[in-house]
Amino acid sequence: MSDVLERIKSQVESNPVLLYMKGTPQMPMCGFSARTVEVLKGYGKEFAFVNVLADPEIRANLPQFSEWPTFPQLFINGELVGGCDIVMEMNESGELQPMVEAAAAG
Amino acid sequence: MKIQRQIETKLKALTPLKLDVINESHMHNVPAGSESHFKVICVADAFEGKARIQRHRLINQILADELAEHIHALSLKLFTPAEWQTAGETVDASPKCRGGTGL
Repeated sequence: MSDVLERIKSQVESNPVLLYMKGTPQMPMCGFSARTVEVLKGYGKEFAFVNVLADPEIRANLPQFSEWPTFPQLFINGELVGGCDIVMEMNESGELQPMVEAAAAG
Repeated sequence: MKIQRQIETKLKALTPLKLDVINESHMHNVPAGSESHFKVICVADAFEGKARIQRHRLINQILADELAEHIHALSLKLFTPAEWQTAGETVDASPKCRGGTGL
């Protein structure tokens, strides 16, 4: 496995809730990333993020790792949950919050 | 219209009951006439029994070439016929651009 794929693997395995996004939670640079991060912030739990605009290597290689072509991408306990549409749907249905809380509690 | 038609043609393979392919590129920081940002609303029996991520992966596979070459953003609203009825046959509006995409 290449260095960057190792790096991604280590990131998703060491952060129970991890969002790959464009920009930062304070300043999202894409509407889809902004919506996703707002949902996570609403839960009041700590989560990690990677700004893919600041890390072109991750941006170029994450889609191959996750077999998911677009950003943002939310990982919980090392598993891809989905992008903005799925996060919004799972938030509305009430499925996502308990998953995030359980993961954040370790 | 070329990419939009291409997406429509490919997704018809799912024999959808409803298929809307909407070009939302004008909402983003791209030249006029671009075909980069799309929203797809698709209602199909093919989604029955599939988790959300599996449904998205199915579409991503069908549109792999378009995603690799043309599509920058693809919002997917995927329903079984029963879910579409429950949803009141509507979807949320797409978010505003924040300027960091397109490049």
